Amino acid sequence: MMLSCKQAAQLASQGLDRRLGWFERVTLRLHLAICDGCTNFSRQAAFLRRAMKRLAD
Amino acid sequence: MNSDFRSRVEGERPYLLRYASLQLRDPHAAEDAVQETLLAALAGEAGFAGRSNLRTWLTGILKHKIVDAIRRLSRETPMATDEEGFEALFNERGHWIDPPRAWDEPDGSLEEKQFLRALEECLTRLPAKTAQAFMMREHLGYETPDICKELGLTPTHCWVLLYRARMALRECLQTNWFSK
Repeated sequence: MMLSCKQAAQLASQGLDRRLGWFERVTLRLHLAICDGCTNFSRQAAFLRRAMKRLAD
Repeated sequence: MNSDFRSRVEGERPYLLRYASLQLRDPHAAEDAVQETLLAALAGEAGFAGRSNLRTWLTGILKHKIVDAIRRLSRETPMATDEEGFEALFNERGHWIDPPRAWDEPDGSLEEKQFLRALEECLTRLPAKTAQAFMMREHLGYETPDICKELGLTPTHCWVLLYRARMALRECLQTNWFSK
């Protein structure tokens, strides 16, 4: 049930576009807890959303 | 017609054109959408009365014109999939080849005009369909099912495009902004 980074990054992205299921949220959180690369990606994807809002202003 | 209003509306043309071009990737379609917007605005001056911000009002009209154009464009070129140009970021075991590094205080960049130019530049490098899906999601604020419908894609394909857009944009900003 451990996600690969590829799966975790996809889930982190989808989390911005749909509501993740309970199991998806738990496995993603477990992965992010031990993976800096995916944590950075996840934060940067959320930052992109804020940046696009600013672009629209 | 009030000529002062006309010249103020006309003055917003460059901004609107940049906005539409980012979204549509087709200079003619962008030009058309802006033209339709300006005509609609001039015909509907009364609709603006009492509102404070002309640009916001015009952008609101333009968004509708852009969605109409996207609808037309995706009927003309159905299912271009943007498969090419997405290089491997993971090895065969699903590990990052080059893991994303942390960005130092990224929100500070939001105050810098140059950063927003860099972001626009990165957006123009996305493949067309990927860019449209991402702009609809993050710029026009559409929910994913509506994006899929307008672009004629399955939900899974939509998520893939949005994921690729985020990957490509973070990579581009890493190179062109956060490494400098």
